[in-house]
Order: sequence, then C-alpha cells, then structure tokens
Amino acid sequence: MEAIAYTASELMCINAARLLQDGDVVFVGVGLPNLACNLARRTHAPNLQMIYEAGVIGARPTRIPLSIGDPTLVSGASSVCSMYDIFTLYLQRGNVDVGFLGGAQIDRFGNINATVIGDYAKPKVRLPGSGGSQEIAAWANRCYIITPHQKRRFPEKVDFRTSAGFLNGRAEREASGVRGKGPLVVVTNLGLLEPDESGELILTALHPGCTTDQVRENTGWPIKFAEQVRQTEPLHEAELKLLREELDPQGIYLKSGG
Amino acid sequence: MSKLCSLKDAVSNYVHDGDLLYCAGFTHLIPFSAGHEIIRQGRRNLTLARATPDLIYDQLVAAGSAKKVIFSYIGNPGVGSLRIIRNELEAGRLEWEEYSHFGMISRLQAGAAGLPFIPMNQTAAVDLEHNNPNIRRVKDPYTGLEVVTVPPLNPDVAIIHVQRADQNGNSQIWGILGEQKEVAFASSKVIITAEEIVDESVIRSDPNRTLIPDMIVSAVCHVPHCAHPSYTQGYYDRDNVFYLNWDKITESAELTKAWLDEWVYGVKDADEYWQKLGEETHERLKVAPAFASPVNYGKY
Repeated sequence: MEAIAYTASELMCINAARLLQDGDVVFVGVGLPNLACNLARRTHAPNLQMIYEAGVIGARPTRIPLSIGDPTLVSGASSVCSMYDIFTLYLQRGNVDVGFLGGAQIDRFGNINATVIGDYAKPKVRLPGSGGSQEIAAWANRCYIITPHQKRRFPEKVDFRTSAGFLNGRAEREASGVRGKGPLVVVTNLGLLEPDESGELILTALHPGCTTDQVRENTGWPIKFAEQVRQTEPLHEAELKLLREELDPQGIYLKSGG
Repeated sequence: MSKLCSLKDAVSNYVHDGDLLYCAGFTHLIPFSAGHEIIRQGRRNLTLARATPDLIYDQLVAAGSAKKVIFSYIGNPGVGSLRIIRNELEAGRLEWEEYSHFGMISRLQAGAAGLPFIPMNQTAAVDLEHNNPNIRRVKDPYTGLEVVTVPPLNPDVAIIHVQRADQNGNSQIWGILGEQKEVAFASSKVIITAEEIVDESVIRSDPNRTLIPDMIVSAVCHVPHCAHPSYTQGYYDRDNVFYLNWDKITESAELTKAWLDEWVYGVKDADEYWQKLGEETHERLKVAPAFASPVNYGKY
C-alpha cells in the first residue's frame, strides 16, 4: 500500500482523537485539541460533548474557532454559563471526563510548566500562565497532552509546576487527594508516552516510521520503553479527508509541524 | 433615574489615577473603546485586573497607564504572546499578581458575594501558591482536610460592555458570560457601555436575560462597536486580522507608538475610530442573524 503523506500536526491530532470515547465530556482548548474533538465527534464518538472554559457546554462550532471564546462556540451550543459555574459545577464537581493540556515543558512525571522559564520572580521567559490548566489537570478524570517531541519541551524537571502530573511519583499524586487520574497519554509526533506504575512517562507506542533512537534523542531524561512497544495504527484516508476538507480547510492548525 | 452620559464623562468621573480597574469580558464584549478613552485622558498608576489581559491591557500598558497587572492568562488569544506586557514583566518594570482562572474568578465571586474569602479544592500544583501570598490554606472545619483560599477582589471601577441596557443600567448579555456578573457586583463603581440603549419595557419583557441590575450601575454609555477588535455576539464578529496584526505591531516600540498615535490619540471617540476602520472592515465583521425561539412569560 502506498504511504499517505501527512503533517506532524495531522498525525498528533488523529491519534489524540482516537483516545476519546463516545459520550465523553471534554474540556477543550483551541487548536489541535479542538480539531481532535470534532474529528472524534464526526467519526467514532458522535455523543462526545465539548465544553469550554469560557462557559460553553455542548458546543457545535460550524467554523474553526480561532480563540477559546469564539462566537461560533455559542451559536448552537446546548448551554452557556459563567466561568465560575464552569469551573465549579462542571469541573470541580467531577462532571468532566477528559481535559486536554499543553505547555512549554512536560517533565518525566507529566508535570507541566506553562508559566515561566527561569526564576519566577525574575523571569527569563514569561509564558502565558495557567489559564484553566491548573484545575483541569487536577480534576478532569483523564488528561491528555498533545505536544511536539523536542528535548527542550521534555526536561527531566520543569522549571515551574503550573499543573500537576504525578509530582515526584504516582504515590505523591494519590496522597494529595486530587480527584483526576492525571495525564494518561502524551501524544507526540513520534509516538505515545504513558505513565508506568510509578507515574513516570515511558514510551509505549511509536508512529509508523518513527524509531526509539529518535525518541531517545528528543527526550530530556533517559526515557524508558515499554516491554512491548506498539505501533500506532496508520492514519486513515477518511480521517485526513475530514480534517483537511471540513474541519480545518485553510490549514490554520494542520499545516504546521510538517 | 437615567444614568446616560458620554463615555468621556463616565471615564472622567469614575476612573481615577491609581484605581484598581477591571475591564470585563472573556474574549467576548471587551470594552476597547473605554480602554482607549482612559488612555486619551492620561490615567496613570492603574492596577489592571483581568483573567485574560488581552490586547486592551497590552494597549493600556503600552500607553504607560498601568503600574500593575492581576491576571490568570497573559496571551494574545489564538495568536500567541502578549508582547508588551510580557516584555514589561521580563524587564521587571511592571508589578504583577497571578492566579489560575479559577483562582481569579473565585476572588471575584468572593468580592461579589461579600465574603471574606472563598475555598477551592486543592490541585496538587503548589508553585503558584508558594509565590503568591494571597493564595493560602485553611482547615475545612467539617472534614479536617485542607482547602485553598483566595481573598475577595473588589475593583474600584468595572467597565462592562453589553448588548443592550436601559437608561437606568439594567443590562442584558447573551453569548459568553465570562466573569461579567461577578465583576459588576464586586466593584465599587460600574460603567456600562452598550451596543443599544433600549426602553425599559424591552428589558422587562425578558427579565431572565438581565445580568446586571440598575442598582449597582453608576453610568450608562451608548457605545456601538465598543468591543472591536473583540466581538459582540450577534452584532459583529471578532477581528482576527487585527489580533494577528497586533502581534506584528508590538514587535517594535515605534510601530506601537505610531499605532496609539493614529488609532487612540488621533481619534476623538469610538464613533470616529469605527468610521476610520472603513467599509471593508465593517463588511468583513458583519454576521448573519440567528434568532432564538421566543419564550412565553405569560400575562399574570
């Protein structure tokens, strides 16, 4: 069979979509998570519900949202509420199945830094900060992270913990009493990382054509590999067609990372 | 009692040097025209609070109006970095106080409800807590477990853009509600800017849609297109082109100053600004109507 050409963003987006289950209530961000959710809803998860931190529930965007508060999220949604309501009644109460997270740095235990590179009081690089992610990482039942696989993005330890993964190990997160299970899968352009029993992220799957050497070279700690590293399912033409022709026809989010 | 006045008078009467200001609106209904008027009137040493400072605070900081920002996400939404504020923070020229979104809106909720603090479940991410002495812990008197707390945020003045208001200040909003109601109730003074000033009977025909009641409002200003380059649901779209342009403009201090000179200092009010944008922009931002089904309140 002839190999299909695709960009890194398409690869990550489709693999993220496959993690979603029918009926999931997903706390969505703009960009690739939004595309992954819409793709899942149009394929295997028609009853997936998208909710947004701006206070939108059951969004049915008819164009690609360009910000977290795009008006297309409201028109045709099932409900709109205040931000205080979305963070309390929906997230804190436990009504969110899945949260998508991203950040400048993700460490060995899935902790995320979206706040600062260098010292907090004297920032070398000031990043945007938490937004909703501190609480999403703690209280969504499952969290997924989509990020390009680069050494600078995967340090041994993050400079600042904006949101909690497994802290210094799974036991520490469990002892903290937060309700969510933490980051369950990190989707990169090379493969999938998942936490082992100790909460350390290990490589469990490679995308077609990617190698363990590439993963080693692009990870900032001596990464471990699962006993049996799986290969992710090749991308289907139907998935790519939906993404390219209907969900992001201008390639705003999909063209990058090619 | 009618509180109708010009935006110029509202800013002149209610926004003072050194105030804690909250221009509300999460992506939606951001009162840019009010920000511009504050810049024109030369306010200084403001503390600017917003969950997402957005371009409106980047512009106020660029104009030298601010000494401090209180925020939970400093980005150019959907574009990237908020360059002016980021540069000022990295250079140590701007004070800041930071929360997560939930921490920020919990402060507003406490302020709006007249509470001394508000509890939140803990998140296991403690670095922000260790760097912000306002974020503390108390023992839950019922379970003995710890909860995280934040104090109320009570701005001196809030500016809130709405779709429609009556002359007394009863204000209706639809679309993303963000933190508008909490900000209004938390603040000492509230300035409403409205796309439309409607008769009181219009408000009373649909009381469930009224988010902000007249009793907490100080001034009502008729300011169509106040939210550009953000948007007003059902009235005009977000000007994404401008959000992208701002990223380029703010790469250079000269371009930023030139932009302020032309688009803020160089126009007298929101009307002139909107006319200056021109037909092509007006057309680009038009939205087709999509009406809600009417509801029947009944005659009793």
